[in-house]
Amino acid sequence: MPTRPMLEYLWIVQLLPLLGSAINGLFGAKWANKTVNWVALGSTGLSFACALEAVREFFESGQVLFRKEFFTWITAGNFRAGFDLQMDQLTVVMVLVVTGVGWLIHIYATGYMAHEGGYYRFFSYLNLFMFFMLILVLAANYLLLFVGWEGVGLCSYLLIGFYFLRKSASDAGKKAFIVNRIGDFGFMLGMFLLFRTFRTLDFTALFQAASNPSWGPEGWGQFGTFTVACLLLFMGACGKSAQLPLYVWLPDAMEGPTPVSALIHAATMVTAGVYVVARSHVLFTHSETALVVVAIVGCATAFFAATIGLVQTDIKKVLAYSTVSQLGYMFLACGVGAFSAGIFHLLTHAFFKALLFLAAGSVIHAMGGEQDMRHMGGLSKKIKYTYVTMLIATLAIAGIPPLAGFFSKDAILLSAFQIPGGHPLYALGLLTALLTSFYMFRLIFLTFHGKPRYDEHKVHVHESPWSMLGPLVALAVLSVIGGWVAAPALWGGPDYFANFLTPVFGSHEGAEVLSEAAAHSFELTLAVVAVVSALLGLANAYWLYLKRPEKAEGLAKSMKGVYTTLLNKYYVDELYAATIVKPLLWISTNVLWKTADVAAIDGAVNGLADGITAVGDRTRHTQSGNTRSYAVWVVIGALVLIAVIFLWPGAGKPVLGWVR
Amino acid sequence: MLHGGHLLSVLIFFPAAGALALMMLRGDDHKYIRYIVLIVSAAEFSFSLLMLRYVRVGDAGYRLEEFAHWINQPPINYHLGVDGISIFLVILTTFLTPISVLASWKSIEHRVKEFFVMLLMLEVGGVGVFLSLDLFLFFLFWEVMLIPMALLIGIWGHERRVYAAVKFILYTMAGSIFMLVGIIWLYNATNTFDLPTIQNMLATGLLALSPRTEMLLFLAFFVAFAIKVPLFPVHTWLPDAHVEAPTAGSVMLAGVLLKMGTYGMIRFCLPLFPGASHRAARWVALLAIIGIIYGALVAMVQPNLKKLVAYSSVSHLGFVVLGIFAFHNISMQGAVYQMLAHGVSTGALFLLVGMLYDRRHTFEISEYGGLATPMPKLAAFFLFVALSSLGLPMLNGFVGEYLILLGTYQRHWQWASWAALGVILSACYLLWSYQRVFFGEITKEKNRTLPDASAREKWILITMAVVTLWMGIGSVFITRRTAADSQAVIDQVEPQRPYEAAAPVRPGQQAARVAPGVASADSPERSGTR
Repeated sequence: MPTRPMLEYLWIVQLLPLLGSAINGLFGAKWANKTVNWVALGSTGLSFACALEAVREFFESGQVLFRKEFFTWITAGNFRAGFDLQMDQLTVVMVLVVTGVGWLIHIYATGYMAHEGGYYRFFSYLNLFMFFMLILVLAANYLLLFVGWEGVGLCSYLLIGFYFLRKSASDAGKKAFIVNRIGDFGFMLGMFLLFRTFRTLDFTALFQAASNPSWGPEGWGQFGTFTVACLLLFMGACGKSAQLPLYVWLPDAMEGPTPVSALIHAATMVTAGVYVVARSHVLFTHSETALVVVAIVGCATAFFAATIGLVQTDIKKVLAYSTVSQLGYMFLACGVGAFSAGIFHLLTHAFFKALLFLAAGSVIHAMGGEQDMRHMGGLSKKIKYTYVTMLIATLAIAGIPPLAGFFSKDAILLSAFQIPGGHPLYALGLLTALLTSFYMFRLIFLTFHGKPRYDEHKVHVHESPWSMLGPLVALAVLSVIGGWVAAPALWGGPDYFANFLTPVFGSHEGAEVLSEAAAHSFELTLAVVAVVSALLGLANAYWLYLKRPEKAEGLAKSMKGVYTTLLNKYYVDELYAATIVKPLLWISTNVLWKTADVAAIDGAVNGLADGITAVGDRTRHTQSGNTRSYAVWVVIGALVLIAVIFLWPGAGKPVLGWVR
Repeated sequence: MLHGGHLLSVLIFFPAAGALALMMLRGDDHKYIRYIVLIVSAAEFSFSLLMLRYVRVGDAGYRLEEFAHWINQPPINYHLGVDGISIFLVILTTFLTPISVLASWKSIEHRVKEFFVMLLMLEVGGVGVFLSLDLFLFFLFWEVMLIPMALLIGIWGHERRVYAAVKFILYTMAGSIFMLVGIIWLYNATNTFDLPTIQNMLATGLLALSPRTEMLLFLAFFVAFAIKVPLFPVHTWLPDAHVEAPTAGSVMLAGVLLKMGTYGMIRFCLPLFPGASHRAARWVALLAIIGIIYGALVAMVQPNLKKLVAYSSVSHLGFVVLGIFAFHNISMQGAVYQMLAHGVSTGALFLLVGMLYDRRHTFEISEYGGLATPMPKLAAFFLFVALSSLGLPMLNGFVGEYLILLGTYQRHWQWASWAALGVILSACYLLWSYQRVFFGEITKEKNRTLPDASAREKWILITMAVVTLWMGIGSVFITRRTAADSQAVIDQVEPQRPYEAAAPVRPGQQAARVAPGVASADSPERSGTR
C-alpha cells in the first residue's frame, strides 16, 4: 500500500466518471431514472471525494509538483506522449471546480431532466464530459491535454444537440464542434512548433527548457518562436473559450439543456482556454507581443459581448453573452500578466455563473419552458428561493462587495491599470463592468419584478424541487464567500489566493511600482470606482426597466439602428455565412466537383477512352479482308521503314540499337 | 531461433485452397457456403497473427523469408518475406476479409458461390502483394487482385456497375503498364527481379542510375502507385468504383487495395530511387495536399453518402502520401499507422453505409433524415466511426494523422500547416452528413419503421468499434513494431542526412534544448516523487 494511495492512483479520479458513463450508456436504456441517478451521482460524487483526498495528500506531501507517468500512449521516433498526470496548485483549483461544481450540477440535473426522454443518455454524456475535463486539467503534457480538449468538445457537441429532433439544436452542436476545430487547428500547429523547438511536449521539461535564459529575446524577434507558438495556442483558446472572432458558437450552444449550459458552457469547459494560457504562462511571459494580443482580444471580447447582452430577450442568451464577456476578463488578466487574477476570476465565475444558469433553469422550469423574458415578470414572490439565489449571483457578477465577483474583477482591473499602457484596457474593462451590471439587473427586473406579462391562468408557476434548489443554495453560499480569500489584500494584507498560486506562476507578477501605503490607498480608490460604476449600471437598469418601462422602448426606438444591430449580434453570423460558408460550398460544388472533377478530369479520362474507341473503330476498316488494300499497306509500311532507316539523323548506325 | 516454416506461403495459398474447395461445391447457393468462407477467412486471420511472434520489436529487415527458384531464365524467384510494415497490412487484409464475408451474408443473393470465390481470391492477391519480395511476383499479385475486384464491381454492383468496373480496370492497368516497363528496365540493368538484391546493389554502388533514368523509373513506379492510392488528379475512378461496388467490395477496396499504392511507394519508390524521390517530393506533397483539401471539399457537397465516404478516402490517403514524402521517421510511422486506421474506420463507414443501403436501397442523403429515432444503435455506431474518421483523440484516426502532421512539420512547416486544414474540413463533412442522415424529424415515411441493427450487424460493428478504440489507445503495440523498418526506409532514402540533423538548429541554442532521451524524464528541481 503506497503512502499516498490517491495520488499514486490519480487516474481513478478520471476513471470513475468514465465508468459511470459507460455503464449508463450501455445498460441505462432499460433502467429506471433512479438507478441511472445512482450510477451518475455515485461515480461523480466518488470522483469528487477522491479528488479531495488527492488534494489533501498533495498538500500533505508538501511538494510543488506531483507528476506520474502511467503508460505510453503514442510514440514514434524521438516523440513520446504518455498518459501522464500531474498536480500542482493550479490543477488543484481546476480539479476542485470541475468535480465540485460538476457534482452539484449533476444533482441539479436529476431534478431538471426528470421528465425528459433520453435520461440515461444525458447522464452518460455528462459523465463522459467530466472524464475528459479531468483529463484536460490533470494532463502533464500538451498532447494529453489535447485529448481532454477534444473530448470535452465532443461532449459539448453531443449535449448541445441533445434534443436532436430540433434542427436548431443539431445545427448548434455541429457549429460548436466545427468552430472549435478551427481553434484546434491552431492548437495543433502550436504543439508541432513547440515540439520542433523543444523536442518534447511534457510541461515540466518544456517549461524548464523555455525558461532557460539563453532563449532571451534576441534572435527571436517580435515574431519569434515564442510569439508564434503562443499565438497558435491562443487560437485554440479562442475557439474553446469563445473569444473574438470564434465566439459565435457559444450563444447558439444554449440549445442544450440548461444544466449543460451551466456546467460546460459557463463553469468548466469554456474556461479551458484560460487554463491553457495560464498553464503556458512560461511561454507567454517570453513574448510581449503574444501577451498584448491576449489582453486586447480579451478586453475587446468582454466589451463586445456585453453590448450584445444589453438587448437580448432570451434569458439564457443574456447569460451566454455574459459568459463570453467574463471569459474576456479572464484573458485580459492573463494578457496583463496577472495569471493568478485570471484563475481567481475563473473560480468565482464558476460559482456565480453556474448559479445564474441553474437559477435561470429553475425559472424556465417554473414557467413551463418559457425562456423569453418579455413573457415573464413579477416572479419574485412565487419562486422565492430561485429569486434570492439568482439575486445573489447577480450581485456577485456585477461586482458588488463583499461578494465573490467584486474581488476577482477588482484584481483584474487593478492589474490592467498597473501595466504600462494599460489605461485604455482598464477604461474599457470598467465600462464593461458597468454594462455587466446593467444587463444583469435588467434580467432580474424583467424576470422577477414588475407586473406578470404571461397568462397566469395558463402558466402555473411553481418552485422547483429540492434536488434543484439544494445546489442553488450551495452555489449561492460559494458566490458570497468565494472571494474572501483575497479580501485582506484590499486592506493591505496578503492576497491569499495569489500566494497560493505563487509556486506555479512565481511571485514576480504585477508591477510593484508604488510604495506600499500609496499602493493600498490607490487600490481602494480603484475598487470604489469599480463599485460606483456597478451601482450606476444597477441604477440605470432600475430606472429603465422598473421605474419607467416605456422609456426603454422609447430608447430602443430612438436608437433604432444601434438597437437592431445589437439585437442581431452585429450580424457576425450572417457575415461568416456570406463570406466563408456559402462561397466555400459554392466553390466546392460548382468549381471543384462539377467542373474540375466531373467535367475536366473525368471528362478527359472518358474522352481519352472514347477517342481510343473511335480510333479503333476507324482503323478497324483497314482490316477489310481485301488483298489489294493489304498490298497497298505493305508498300506504305515498307516506304516508312526505309525512310526511317536512311533519312533519320545519324543514319547508317544500327537503328534498333536503342531498344536494347 | 524460432522457425516459422512456410507460414507466409500458407497465408497466400490457404484462401486459394478455400476458394478451390468452394468451387467443388455443387449448386450456386449451397447452404454451407457462407459458413465455409467464414471459417476459412477467420482461420486465415488467426494464422496471420502468428507472424507477430517472429516480428520482434527493434529488429529491422525481412523475417520469415521463403525462397524458391521458379523460372530459370529470366530468373524469377518465389521470394517472400515480411517486415514490421507489411505485417500489419497483411493482418489488416485478413481481418477485413471475414468482416466482408459477414457483411455479405444476406445482401448477396445471386451467384453466391462465385462471389465468395472472388472475395477469397482478392485476399490471395492482397496478401501476396504485401509479402512479395520479387518484383515479378509482386507484379503478378498486383494484377491478380484486379480481376476479382473488377468482377465484384461488375457483377454484384449497382446500376452503373459495368461502367465503373471498366473504368477501374483501365485506370489501374494504365498505371500498371508503366510499372511493368520499369520492372523490365530494372531487370535489364541488374539481371534480377529480386528486391533485396537490387537494394543491395544500389547500396554498394553496383547499380548506379543517372539522375534522368532514376527519375523516369521513379515515375514509372510512382504513376502506378499514385493511381492506386488514388492521388489527385488520378482519383476519379475511386468514387465510381466505390458507389457501384457491393459493400464487401468497398470495404476491401478502401481497406486493402488503396493501401497497395501507398505500400508500393514505401517499399519501392523511396528505397530504390532515393534521389528522384527527393527531387519529386515537393510536387508529390503538393498533389497530396491538394488531395487532402480538395477531397474534403468535394466530399462535403456530395449528395450521395457513399460517394462522400469515397472522396473522404482521397483526403485521408493524401495524408498518408504526405507523410511518406516528408522523409521524416515520425511522419513515416504516422503514414503506416494512418494506412491501418483508414482501413478500419473507412471500412467501418462503408459497412454502415451498406447497412443503410440494405434497408432503403439508396445512397442519397436526402432520402434519409431522422434515422436516430428508429435505429439508435446504428446511429451510435455511425457516430463513433465518424468520430474516428475525423480524428478524435483516443480513436484510431487521430494517431496517424497527428504523427504525420507532427513529423511533416519538423521538416516542412508549410506543408503541415496546409494539410492540417483537412482536420477542420473532415469535421465539416462528417458531422454535416451525419446530421442530415440521423438527426431531426423523420422526413420520409418509409424510414419510420426501419429495423435497428440485427445481431449479425451488431457483432460486425462491435468488432470494428473495439479495434478502433484499441488502435486509438494502444497504438504503441503497433508503432513499436513498425519503428525499425520505418527508420530503415528513411535511412535508405536519406543515407547521408539523418533526419535529426534536418531539424532547425540555431547556433548557440543547443544547450537549451532537451535531449530526446531525457525529454520525458523529470527535471530534478520541479519533480515530485515518482
